[in-house]
Amino acid sequence: MRATSTPLKKWRRLPAAALLAAATLLSSCNNEVLNPAGDIALQQRDIIYISTALMLLIIVPVIVLIVVFAWRYRKGNGATYDPHFDHSTSLELVIWSAPLLIIICLGALTWWSTHLLDPFRPVNRIAAGKPVDPNVKPLTVQVVSLDWKWLFIYPEQGVATVNELALPVNRPVRFDLTSTNMMNTFYAPTLAGMIYTMPGMRSTLHAVLNRPGTFEGLSANYSGAGFSDMRFKLYGVDDAGFDNWVGRVKASGPALDTAQFLELEKPTEKVPAMYFGGVDKTLFARVFQRCVRPGTPCGTGMHGSHGSVPQTAKPDGALFKQPTEKGAGESLTPPPGAQPSPAPHSHQER
Amino acid sequence: MFTESLARTIFGRLTLESFPVHEPILLVTFAVVVVLGVGILALVTKYKLWGFLWTEWFTTVDHKKIGIMYMILGIIMLLRGFADAVMMRLQQAMAFGGNEGYLNAHHYDQIFSAHGTIMIFFVAIPLVVGIINYVMPLQIGARDVAFPFLNNLSFWLTAAGAILVMISLFVGEFSRGGWLNYVPVTNIENSPDTGPDYYLWALQIAGIGTTLSAVNMVTTIIKMRAPGMTMMKMPVFCWTALCSNVLVIAIFPVLTAAFALLMLDRYLGFNFFTNDLGGNPMMYWNLVWIWGHPEVYVLILPIFGIYSEITSTFTGKRLFGYSSMVYATVVITILSYLVWLHHFFTMGSGASVNSFFGIATMVISIPTGAKIFNWLFTMYRGQIRFELPMMWVVAFMITFVVGGMTGVLLAVPPADFVLHNSLFLVAHFHNVIIGGVVFGLFAGMDYWFPKAFGFRLDRFWGKVTFWGWVIGYWVAWTPIYIVGLMGTTRRVRHFDDPNLQIWFVIAAIGAVIILIGILAFVIQIAVSIKNREKLRDTTGDPWDGRTLEWSTSSPPPNYNFAFTPQVHDLDAWYDMKDRGAERPVKGYVPIHMPRNTGAGVILSALATVLGFAMVWYMWWLAALSAVALLIYSIWHTFDYNRDYHIPAEEVAAQEDARTKLLAAGA
Repeated sequence: MRATSTPLKKWRRLPAAALLAAATLLSSCNNEVLNPAGDIALQQRDIIYISTALMLLIIVPVIVLIVVFAWRYRKGNGATYDPHFDHSTSLELVIWSAPLLIIICLGALTWWSTHLLDPFRPVNRIAAGKPVDPNVKPLTVQVVSLDWKWLFIYPEQGVATVNELALPVNRPVRFDLTSTNMMNTFYAPTLAGMIYTMPGMRSTLHAVLNRPGTFEGLSANYSGAGFSDMRFKLYGVDDAGFDNWVGRVKASGPALDTAQFLELEKPTEKVPAMYFGGVDKTLFARVFQRCVRPGTPCGTGMHGSHGSVPQTAKPDGALFKQPTEKGAGESLTPPPGAQPSPAPHSHQER
Repeated sequence: MFTESLARTIFGRLTLESFPVHEPILLVTFAVVVVLGVGILALVTKYKLWGFLWTEWFTTVDHKKIGIMYMILGIIMLLRGFADAVMMRLQQAMAFGGNEGYLNAHHYDQIFSAHGTIMIFFVAIPLVVGIINYVMPLQIGARDVAFPFLNNLSFWLTAAGAILVMISLFVGEFSRGGWLNYVPVTNIENSPDTGPDYYLWALQIAGIGTTLSAVNMVTTIIKMRAPGMTMMKMPVFCWTALCSNVLVIAIFPVLTAAFALLMLDRYLGFNFFTNDLGGNPMMYWNLVWIWGHPEVYVLILPIFGIYSEITSTFTGKRLFGYSSMVYATVVITILSYLVWLHHFFTMGSGASVNSFFGIATMVISIPTGAKIFNWLFTMYRGQIRFELPMMWVVAFMITFVVGGMTGVLLAVPPADFVLHNSLFLVAHFHNVIIGGVVFGLFAGMDYWFPKAFGFRLDRFWGKVTFWGWVIGYWVAWTPIYIVGLMGTTRRVRHFDDPNLQIWFVIAAIGAVIILIGILAFVIQIAVSIKNREKLRDTTGDPWDGRTLEWSTSSPPPNYNFAFTPQVHDLDAWYDMKDRGAERPVKGYVPIHMPRNTGAGVILSALATVLGFAMVWYMWWLAALSAVALLIYSIWHTFDYNRDYHIPAEEVAAQEDARTKLLAAGA
C-alpha cells in the first residue's frame, strides 16, 4: 500500500501543480489585469475570480459526468440499457434549478458589483479599509482620443500631454473622456476597466492608483490604421513627484491653443510623448460639443439642435460628386510602396 | 479632360489603379484562382456538363439539391475565411517589438474584417441553412418546401453576396471596419474607398436571401407537416429550425435597415451615423447588435437540434426531456432579444441598464444548461455507439460548457469592463462558435451525408478531421484566453511586450493543426467518393435512425416519399419500425411537383451587377440593372408553367427498384 501511494500522491498533486504553474505564469511578467495597481481594477479582478469559482461549482461536475457517462454507457460495456428512460420529473427539477440557483447568486453579485463599480460613481475608498478623506478633491483629467494618439488635459494644473499620463498615487481621479473622430476605449489595465471615448459625447471614469510605477495604457477599440500604436505610458508617482512632473511639463512646451489643436488633430501614427506647458481651459468642452474650429457654433454636444448649420464638414454623398471627384478615395493608411496621402482631411475643407 | 470625364461616367471610380497589381500576395492568389477556375471550366466544358449543371442543379427547386449547393458554397467560403485566419495568426506570431510583420494596417484591417464577415455570413449561415434545407422537409414528411422557387432564389442571392465579397479581393478593396462595418470607421469621411460599399451591398443582397429563406422554412414547418405530426411530435431539429428562422425573420430586417441608413449616409449625404449634424454613431452599434446577438442563436439553435438528433440515435434512446428541450429552445429564442447591450457595457449606459442586460444574458444560460443536462441524461442508460457524429457530440459538450462559462463571466459588467474587446472575448466567441457551431456542422455532415449521397463518409479521414479540429481548437485558443487575461486586446497588428510572443506562436501552431483537420475533411470527401461502392448503404437507414428522413431511400427520390407518411409518435420512424409497419409497394399515384426555373440565377446575377455598379459609382449600369431586376421579377410572375406531375408509372419504377435493393440487402 505504502509503495503505491507515492506515485498516486504525485498524480493527485499534478492538477494542483498545473494550476499553480498556470497562475504563476499568468501573474508573472507584470500582469496588469490579474495583479493591478489600482483599487478599481483590483475589485474587478476579484469579481472575475468569484464568478468563475461560482460557475465552476456546476461546470466541473458536468464535465466529469459527460466523461463518465460517455465511457460507462458505451456500447459493449454491459452497463444498464434502458431505452425508455426519457423522462423524470424530479431530475428535470434538478436540471433547471441547479443552474437557476447559481444564476441567482451570480445575478445578485452582478447587481451589487455593477452599481458599486459603476465608472460614473466617484470612488469612496482608496483601498480596502481606507476610505477617501472627504477634504481631498479628486484630480480631474480630461481625455481626448485623437487619430491615433491620446491627449490628456489637466485643467487644474493648466497643462496637457500627449501619450503620457501621470497620476499621484492614492488620490482619486476623475476622467472626463471624449473623442474627435473615431470611437476608442480608454484602457489602462492596471488602473480600471475600459470606457468608450466617443465623438460628440462625454463619458466619465473614476479610479485610483495605489502603487507607484510605470504602466501601459492603450485604446482597446479598433479605430483605423494607427490603432495598434495608440498606446500611452502611465506613471504612478507620489504627490511631490506629481508636482515635479507638472512643473517639468509646464516648463518644457508651447501652449495648446486652437491652432495647435487643429494641427494635432490630423491623423498621425506612432506619436511619441508630447508636453504642452499651457492649455486652453475651454478646449475639452469645445471638443465634445464639436466646435473647436473657429466659426462653428457650440451646441450642447451631439444632440444639440441649433438653428444654424456649422460651416464645415458637410460630407457629400457619392451621388452628388462630379465625375472628376470619383477617385477610389485616399485611404488613411497608404498601401505599401504608394506615396502617403497628402492631407487626410483635405476634402473636408473644400 | 473630356475623355477622362467620359471614362469616369462609364466606369465610375474604377480605374487601372483599382486592381492591386503591386500586391504579391494578391497576385499569387489571383493566379491560383484563375488557374483553378479555368481548369474547372475546361473540365466542365470537356465533359459537356454545362447543360447538366444548368438543368439539374443551378435551376433546381428541389430542396435537397439546394441544400447541397448551400453546403458547397459554405465549404468553399470556409477555405477563404480560414486562409484569412492563418494570415492573421502568422502576422500576430511574428510582429513583436521592432518587427512589423508582413502585413501593414491597410491589409491587416481588411483581413480581420473579411474573416469575420465571411465566417458568419458566408460560412456559418449557408452551412446551417443548407442542413435545414436538406433535412427539415424530410423530417416532417414533406415533398418540398412551401415556396420552392423562392428557395432557389434565396440560395443564389446568398451566392451573389459571396461573389461580391470575393470580387473585392481582386478589384478595389474590402472594408476595414471590422465584421460589423462599424461607424465612424466606415463613415464616408473616414473610409471614402470601396471597402464599406462592397460590404454593404454584399450583405444587403445576401441578407434578402437569408430573410426569404427563413420565411420559406417557417411556412414549411407550420403548414406542411405530415398528418399526425402535431407540434409536440415534431423532431427537435425541426423545432430548433423553426425558432432559428423565426429569429431570422425578426432580426434581419433590423440589419437591412441599419445598412440602408448607412448607405443613405454614404451615397446621399444623410447624417444618421455621422459625428456631426445630429448623427449618432452609437445608434448604429445598437442596431447591428440588436441583429447581432440573436444571430448567435440563429446559428446555434439548429446546431443544438443536430446534437439532439444524433445523441438520440447513437444512444439508442428517446431524447431525455423532449418537452423541456422544446421549452428551453423557445425561451432562448425570446430571451435572445433582450441582451444585445452586453456588447457595449463599456459605453457607459449606467449601472441599472448594465445590470439588467447582464442578468438577462446570464438567464439564457439556464435553458442552455438544461439542454446540456438533457443530452447528458440521454446518454445515461443508453448504448452509445461512438460513430463519427457521436464523437463530435461529446467533444462539443466538453468544449461548449467552457465557452458558456466564459460567456457568463463576460456578462458580469465589472468583469466585462476588464475583458471587453480583449482577446479573452475573442477566445470566448471562437470557443462557442467552433466548439458549438462548427463541431455540430461536421457532426451533421457525417450524420446526413449517407442520406444525401447513398454512401457513408470514410471513417479514418473523419477521425483525422475530428482530432485535427478538437486538438487544434484547444491548442489555438487556450493561449488566446491566457493573453486575454493578461490585458491583450483584439484587432492589434503588432505588440511591444516580447513575453506575449510564445502564446501567439502556440496559437499559430494550433491554427496549423486545424488546417490539418480541414484538409483531412476535403480528403475524407474525396476518399469516400472513390470508395463509394465499399461505403454504399442500400437500406436508407445506416445508423438505425429514429426520424422520418431515414424511412426513404438514400439519396431520396426527388419526390421524397411515394406516400405521405402517417405519424403517430415522436421519433416516427423508430415507432414504425417498432410496430413492424410494412412499406407499401403498390397503388402509386401521380405526384404533383414544382418545375425548375432559371429565374433565381438571372435575378441574382442582375443583383450582383447592381451591387458592383453601385460600389464603383457606375450610375448608368446601376440604373439599368435595377430596372432589369424589376422588369424581370414582374415578368416572372406571369410564368404560369411552374408545376408538373410525375406519372404513377415512373414512381412505381423508382420504388420497385428500391424494393429490389432492400430485398437484396436483407
